[in-house]
Amino acid sequence: MKPVILWSDALLLLMLAVLALTFWRLRREEALRAPWRQVMRGRMGAVSGVLLLAFAVIGLLDSLHYVERLPDTEPGQPAQYGGEVRSALDALLTPLREGVEKTYSAPFATHLYVKQAMTRADGVDVRDYPRLAHGGAHLADPASEFWPDVSRRALAGLAGGVLLWLPLWLAFGRARAGRPASPGRRAAWATLLCVMLTAGLLVALAPHYHVLGTDKVGQDVLYLSLKSIRTGLLIGTLTTLIMLPFALTLGIAAGYFGGRVDDLIQYLYTTLNSIPGVLLIAAAVLVVQVQIETHPDWFDTAAARGDARLLALCGILGLTGWTGLARLLRGEVLKLRELEFVQAARAFGVRHTRILARHLLPNVMHLVLIALVIDFSGLVLAEAVLSYVGVGVDPGMNSFGNMINGARLELAREPVVWWQLAAAFVFLFTLVLAANLFADSVREALDPRGRRR
Amino acid sequence: MLDYILRRILYAFPILLGVNLLTFTLFFMVNTPDDMARIHLGAKHVTQEAIDTWKREHGYDKPLFYNADAGGVARLSETLFVDKSLRLFLFDFGAADDGRDIAREIQTRMWPSLAIALPTFVVGLLCYLSFALLLAFFRGTALDTGGVVLCVALMSISGLFYVIAGQYLMGKLWNWFPISGYQPGWAAWPFLVMPVIVGLVAGIGDSTRFYRALFLEEIGKDYVRTARAKGLSEPRVLFRHVLGNAMIPILTGVVVVIPRLFLGSLIIESFFGIPGLGSYTIDAIQAQDFAIVRSMVFLGSVLYIIGLVLTDLSYTLVDPRVRLE
Repeated sequence: MKPVILWSDALLLLMLAVLALTFWRLRREEALRAPWRQVMRGRMGAVSGVLLLAFAVIGLLDSLHYVERLPDTEPGQPAQYGGEVRSALDALLTPLREGVEKTYSAPFATHLYVKQAMTRADGVDVRDYPRLAHGGAHLADPASEFWPDVSRRALAGLAGGVLLWLPLWLAFGRARAGRPASPGRRAAWATLLCVMLTAGLLVALAPHYHVLGTDKVGQDVLYLSLKSIRTGLLIGTLTTLIMLPFALTLGIAAGYFGGRVDDLIQYLYTTLNSIPGVLLIAAAVLVVQVQIETHPDWFDTAAARGDARLLALCGILGLTGWTGLARLLRGEVLKLRELEFVQAARAFGVRHTRILARHLLPNVMHLVLIALVIDFSGLVLAEAVLSYVGVGVDPGMNSFGNMINGARLELAREPVVWWQLAAAFVFLFTLVLAANLFADSVREALDPRGRRR
Repeated sequence: MLDYILRRILYAFPILLGVNLLTFTLFFMVNTPDDMARIHLGAKHVTQEAIDTWKREHGYDKPLFYNADAGGVARLSETLFVDKSLRLFLFDFGAADDGRDIAREIQTRMWPSLAIALPTFVVGLLCYLSFALLLAFFRGTALDTGGVVLCVALMSISGLFYVIAGQYLMGKLWNWFPISGYQPGWAAWPFLVMPVIVGLVAGIGDSTRFYRALFLEEIGKDYVRTARAKGLSEPRVLFRHVLGNAMIPILTGVVVVIPRLFLGSLIIESFFGIPGLGSYTIDAIQAQDFAIVRSMVFLGSVLYIIGLVLTDLSYTLVDPRVRLE
């Protein structure tokens, strides 16, 4: 086994490192901690925060990549590695990844969803629903054993979830002196319990049944959904990471310096804004796509190619998406630069760079944070639409957009295949709803008087 | 006033030039015409001759900015930039890769687009504003809270699901309308109802919440208290005073998009098989037909700038304090 760090993994780790460092530096600054405490004290903020954290853990697990070492053909040879890049999540979900059926099967099914010609034990050829190779394969007689088996496993899973949660709660969760119970705290622990119960259920059931069914080529839908989370999270976070330097420097410079600089920057963002968003993104992605297609030698694995395209998409979304925040920052800085503390700093002869960094930047940081969390949900949703248009992530990559795109005609089938769409819907909806609610709480805490979309 | 409009139109030129330079850089400098030919000819190992033939047939065989072979003005005019990019200013879009005239396609395809986008826009605006006023009227009650929660939930659903669910329910399960397709003239209406309904529902969450926030901000202001103090009824305060004063921020967001209605909606049109500009664009993107994409980018920018001018003009209609000079 050899760890592989894709570019997106590296950026993600970098982002986490920066976040951790910021937290470490700012942990004693009461004024900066207060709004976040307020977010987590509210019921909405706490619930959505815990849910987002659960998604983040899955996404992180899926970002620890490695390649498998192939069995040695001859002793003494240098080790050979397989071409398929896997992640820690793949390792955890091995039974799901390898439990591939022939084609569609319904959630918890023990038989395939379509009839096939087969030979019965007594030698007669019939067309019937064959047993699945993996889903419920351990049952000798599905008709009688199915419900007892499922309920036994489900109960065990739920119990496991509670057992996992209880010690945590006893240690950290209970109200004590110096740690009063708040609605947010209670809601957070209740949400954590729900998450753990769901996890317990899935751990108990998913290795033996296809909990969310299988898709057209027989892949487990739960596996596909869990793998799609990373793509959504990456697009939501990396894009803003790329957008931030542009929005910050250009927005603040336009507001602070005014005059020619302002004119130029305004011209820049009016031009970018005037192009219909999807078209600009499509144009840029098409160009990147042609570059990737004409240079297959740049990438050694399919994962690296998909990763390059994902990063390119984030970059393009970032380069086209900074205008909104920049305009907001420009307006705010226009107001701030006339205030006394900036005037005083100028009168003392403080250099421009220092005024910008010490006096203006901290005062617009709340706008930046709000924009970060608000953009997140929009970007996750945009991925789905862009993938449908054909300018999203690599078609071979697991993403909610590709999942919906592959399943969008399944409702027109007879009989209806609904589970892949339903799974994509539930996962995407939960993620985006949590992000939206969290964004609302953050905005409420950081900018109580602001009105922004 | 006329002065102002003229100035705005002149100001549009540098912006459109910037847009053209941007797309030109993307499509001709990052991606050379050779790359484009290779993509269209398909095969992995195409000869340089085949590429040159393709370029000659599609008019890509000139230099980018400066033609050293020509003499005089032709040195600058006989170039790809003039041919492919500056010609757009005359609305001369040239031919698509399949040889059809893009301008003619746009003229015929904008009507189906408009037939869907215009009703969606008008009915949508009325609905969203009324919902938002309703929530603002019942602010602080359970109805308001429930409405906002519903809005956030609706916002969190991907647009694709609205289309898929709409087609399944109204088209397949209840059999109300044909699932997709289009017919010219008045026979089009059964094909239009479902896209319009889906478009309406898809926009509810986002817009209603936004307008509600606008109204609530206005409601907190002093003139509303004055209006109430002089004994006006709450509906009258809401409809005359709050709605009137919220008009400026509403118009800021709304008028800009009106000219763009011509471009249609990518998702709705391609799902419902409407032969409008949206599906034209999406087909072009999927077929990597850069000539069409460039034309649509230019058209979109022109329409956006028209929208900005219209926005400024609309301010003078709702706010007597605004003068354009």
